[in-house]
Amino acid sequence: MTVVVRLSLAQFRSYPSLDLEVGMPVVALAGENGAGKTNVLEAISLFTQGRGLRRAEFSDMARAGGDGTFSAALVIDGEGGEHRLGTGLSAPGEDGRALRVCRVDGAQAGSPAAFGEHIRLVWLTPDLDGLFRGSAGERRRFLDRLVLAVDGSHGARVSALERALRSRNRVLEEDAGNRAWLDAIEREVAEYGVAVAAARAETVTRLAALIAETRDETSPFPWAGLALEGEIDALVASLPAVDAEDAYRGLLAAGRSRDRAAGRTLIGPQASDLSVRHGPKDIAASLASTGEQKALLIGLVLSHARLVSAMSGLAPVVLLDEIAAHLDPRRRAALYRSLAALGGQVWMTGADPELFADMPGDASLFHVTPGRIVRQR
Amino acid sequence: MADPAGPEIQRLIQLLARLPGLGPRSARRAALHLIKRRDQLMGPLADALAVANERVVSCSCCGNVDTTDPCTICRDARRDPSIIVVVEDVSDLWALERAGAVPGRYHVLGGVLSALDGIRPEDLAIPRLVERASAPDMREVILALNATVDGQTTAHYLTDALAGLPVKVTRLAHGVPVGGELDYLDEGTLSAAMRQRTTF
Ligand SMILES: [Zn+2]
Repeated sequence: MTVVVRLSLAQFRSYPSLDLEVGMPVVALAGENGAGKTNVLEAISLFTQGRGLRRAEFSDMARAGGDGTFSAALVIDGEGGEHRLGTGLSAPGEDGRALRVCRVDGAQAGSPAAFGEHIRLVWLTPDLDGLFRGSAGERRRFLDRLVLAVDGSHGARVSALERALRSRNRVLEEDAGNRAWLDAIEREVAEYGVAVAAARAETVTRLAALIAETRDETSPFPWAGLALEGEIDALVASLPAVDAEDAYRGLLAAGRSRDRAAGRTLIGPQASDLSVRHGPKDIAASLASTGEQKALLIGLVLSHARLVSAMSGLAPVVLLDEIAAHLDPRRRAALYRSLAALGGQVWMTGADPELFADMPGDASLFHVTPGRIVRQR
Repeated sequence: MADPAGPEIQRLIQLLARLPGLGPRSARRAALHLIKRRDQLMGPLADALAVANERVVSCSCCGNVDTTDPCTICRDARRDPSIIVVVEDVSDLWALERAGAVPGRYHVLGGVLSALDGIRPEDLAIPRLVERASAPDMREVILALNATVDGQTTAHYLTDALAGLPVKVTRLAHGVPVGGELDYLDEGTLSAAMRQRTTF
């Protein structure tokens, strides 16, 4: 099991400095809203690609009134022994740009992808509560994060696709008569588009298989039916990758005037959706009650954590922000059981320490007040 | 606060600060370093700059920079005249030369297509490339472009532009990392990518 045994922060959000020794498989942070609980989870969420669980700018994470830099460091203990991971924002260089720093065991790492060898992260935050009723864009972002947790190169693939799509939209807008240029760009769009769609399909297929295997009709976290919806997803599902690329390229070429009028590219992974159904009730997740949707989402995230564990060999560290408050005691107990079965470390936050009273024995409870964290148990 | 140095030295610092990789702080250090070593460094550097400024020209054949036109590489009779290696920039040409991996001559495009940065086909040395590739003894055009979206879009564009000619169009093997810039690759990686080049 990989556990964070120590978390140190300097000039991060509300913490001028923090040195927290943990080590238990379950860590609960209780404290009033605004005390800085989520900041702790956010600091841990920086040990993967991307901008953390708030998707904030790094410059916004530096403590107000500080010098604009910050650092976060973890000591983790896993199968491979202890490792020290560090990240943060450096002081601006002479060009005025501050840089994200990543270090593993004291040595500079080229990118946050290097953390993936030692720690995998899965998180659930309250802003995902509206996921099933929200926009397809939010579900795509959620899905891409699921893919990224098992396939570290997905982030580069998605940004390359975004750049190719923006290039295509720009040429359509400014120079639509330049067919040779559009042909060239559409090859890139097709290559990355099919790669992104295929990576998503693989993760969804594996996740759906895992859900089918571990399905328990009596669980308070209902199982989810998953499917990808989109024209490119249909192509990728029915054709070998090379043929899917050709077919997608054909659709792009045929859709130029339509896309030009729309001001964007209408077919591709950027237009796909992750369809989620409430399995036991066999209804669209968006039609389930608010409580059922929350339970469904928790079930999905737990399944994903199992998938990450199975595929990477590293049981992920799970970050659950403000989760216990929405669960009745029966669901809370079931959550603690599921988390224990996962075999990874869990960090939870909640306003009321009572929420954590029924946690298992190998848990630590901390009380969070602005800038300070004190162990309660 | 008054400037500690006179306007001539200030001007030197300002110009040095415009060099890539140098900011105001390192420019001040560099200026001071030059002043302290006038005879060994500042004088020879000033002479070298004056000569370079007077004599450096862009090669009218390949776009390389040199003090002769055509450049030393284009005039080198030992190089295979039937192979052209297309690069984005002179810095990539230098990287490939350091690796000693190129059997033929070069063609410097002067950038890559980038709709987002406003670099259009007519901004690049493409017609001249097509003209050179149309020469009767030409056999192969190797596209040594960076594995970025813009670099590969340019590679596709050039492949289409050269499609009617009786030359083989190849590109560097996928040993070149995505987003990797040739200039930053080590020489072994570059030689391997050149040896294992593939057709589209
Ligand atoms: Zn030349």
